[in-house]
Amino acid sequence: MFAGYSAGELTAIFAMQGFAGLILFSVFVLMALGLAIIFGQMGVINMAHGEFMILGAYVTYLVSNAFATHLPDLFSIYFFVAMVLAFLASGALGMLVEWGLIRHLYRRPLDTLLATWGLSLILQQIYRSVFGAREVGVTIPNWMMGSLPLTDMIEVPINGLFVMVLAVGISVSIYALMFRSRWGQQVRAINQNRVMAGAVGINTERTDRLTFGIGCGIAGVAGSAFTMIGSTGPTSGQLYIVDTFLVVVFGGAGSLLGTIASAFTISQAQSVLEFFLSGSMAKVITLLVVVGILMLRPQGLFALKLRK
Amino acid sequence: MTDFSKPTMPGMSRRAVLAGGAALTASLFAPRGLRAQDFPTAAVNTTGLAVTDSTVTIGILHSVTGTMAISETGSVQAEKLAIEQINAMGGVLGRKIQFIQEDGASDWPTFAEKARKLLVNDKVASVMGCWTSASRKAVLPVFEQHNGMLYYPTFYEGLEQSPNVIYTGQEATQQIIAGLDWVNQTKGAKSFYLLGSDYIWPRTSNKIARKHIENFMEGCEVVGEEYYPLGHTQFNSVINKIKLRKPDVIYAIVVGGSNVAFYKQLKAAGIDPTKESPIVLTISVTEDEIRGIGGENVEGSYACMKYFQSLDNPNNIAFVDAFKKMWGADMVIGDVTQAAYLGPWLWKAAVEKAGSFDIDKVREASPGIELPTAPEGYVKIHENHHLWSKTRVGRARADGQYDVVFETADLVEPDPFPEGYQ
Repeated sequence: MFAGYSAGELTAIFAMQGFAGLILFSVFVLMALGLAIIFGQMGVINMAHGEFMILGAYVTYLVSNAFATHLPDLFSIYFFVAMVLAFLASGALGMLVEWGLIRHLYRRPLDTLLATWGLSLILQQIYRSVFGAREVGVTIPNWMMGSLPLTDMIEVPINGLFVMVLAVGISVSIYALMFRSRWGQQVRAINQNRVMAGAVGINTERTDRLTFGIGCGIAGVAGSAFTMIGSTGPTSGQLYIVDTFLVVVFGGAGSLLGTIASAFTISQAQSVLEFFLSGSMAKVITLLVVVGILMLRPQGLFALKLRK
Repeated sequence: MTDFSKPTMPGMSRRAVLAGGAALTASLFAPRGLRAQDFPTAAVNTTGLAVTDSTVTIGILHSVTGTMAISETGSVQAEKLAIEQINAMGGVLGRKIQFIQEDGASDWPTFAEKARKLLVNDKVASVMGCWTSASRKAVLPVFEQHNGMLYYPTFYEGLEQSPNVIYTGQEATQQIIAGLDWVNQTKGAKSFYLLGSDYIWPRTSNKIARKHIENFMEGCEVVGEEYYPLGHTQFNSVINKIKLRKPDVIYAIVVGGSNVAFYKQLKAAGIDPTKESPIVLTISVTEDEIRGIGGENVEGSYACMKYFQSLDNPNNIAFVDAFKKMWGADMVIGDVTQAAYLGPWLWKAAVEKAGSFDIDKVREASPGIELPTAPEGYVKIHENHHLWSKTRVGRARADGQYDVVFETADLVEPDPFPEGYQ
């Protein structure tokens, strides 16, 4: 496969392939963080996670149109506004859903699966009715398209770098929130023992709602970022949901560090295999390895030791 | 076929008289209406189809919900437009067309069930429908068992020929070979990287492309062939592989949401189709798809198919006008939408040639049916139930339309079972 290439060319390709792996890693982290919070910290299986992402993508679409017509001078920075609004929109919808649906089902995790799956179908049909069945094209500012030439041969996609920076930023914020804020302390307390947490005066209902909202809000930001690399249509969320669950379950529900480690492992495996084999085979082998490891370690890579 | 031999230009002069946009294109088609009383129902319908003295009922079977709704909506719109135009000029054998629309819901067993309902319960005289090959394969046994007639609009992989289907889109060899020859002869392309979504149509099409490149194109080679699961959204690895192999042409048959991801990432990775190194050639991106991908991402890539909205001929201009008048000015029309539009017209021509709605007589009458008034230009039904049609290459513009840069001099013969390509 590599016969007839100079060392320089090979170095360039491997460097770019390394970046490809890191970009995939960042995409996985962005997809999975919101779900890890909701699934890991609250035990809710949110099948509508992809639809919350797509809500963020549609918000980005609307904001880009609004900027294009009303504020064309500021078009190059609309993306940042869009991400904030995507966070707020998805977060608000998340809190509404928690209030109307999820809080009645906390003791019945399998029912949350069905209920949120139904929710995902409802949301898809709403998107279809509002925005049409076809995918919408989100115009990305010019500076975010194209690639950054590091050397003559090594080119790094700018949107990939953007996703990487965003993934790091959100991971750090989540870490700070979980381990340095009062809310994070309460979430962890509830996760360890809900009854006891309530007994010592933590408002578990409010904390749950906020947690679900933040998880969905992060999904919205991820969806907003993915307009740069993927499609925005009523069913686009379905493209991400399987990978998202794979990352969270493999990492060990309840461990944010596990989610990141798992995203790294899966993305690197997939990206390397895609390069040396083919796309479909890479997927098959990755899934087989994940299934194998989960058979040996059903709790995932990193698991909290809890007294049940 | 005297109805259709009427030249187009005199028909144009009726524009001023006919107010409705729908009637406008209709005037281009067989303007002479037939009277129902000349064709008594008992004589034109001997098999109990849904035909009365004043109406005939046909079925429309597409997905308007689910993941395929993205693609199939245009087909439904085109079929309804054709039906409206046919009715405006007097219907078929003097009978107005009514239609029953069923939703296949992007689910293949549902397609089969709805097809059975249309044929058995509703006794429709023909069905315009299906989009994916999977849905066509699902309804095929139903149509053959209950002897229905399906007009199938999508370009597809070939290797099929049913007495109960008229294929109004191109089969794979019609679509592929002319495009490959063109890129080889005018652009001097020698090496090809084949890429596709992982299912039957891209795989069969790439197989034909590979055979053609290796066996029929002097000094040309395939330097890579790859498939990605439907819905795959990360193409950075394969883009690196493409950069390593340095092909002259990326031959991409990626579909659906993956398409959007592929073109966005291709551009982000520094492979700008407008630079034509490598050339991006596709058979899966119509004007419909560009709306989702974004014109700025596709600009400069080449598509090979039989119809582009920008085709400059009077039939097509009238068709685009009528379509936009009916469905909205911001509509775009892709290859399949145009092929779907041909369905009702071809059926009408066959019925009137046969002088009967009976499925067997319509089938017998179908080969040889000509439609000089089709938006894509003259087409004709082959013995094998596919259409003779021209193949064209278009270069994508940033506004989402194609500039037609090449068209075959003659109609390309449909060859669903190509020898030397299997």
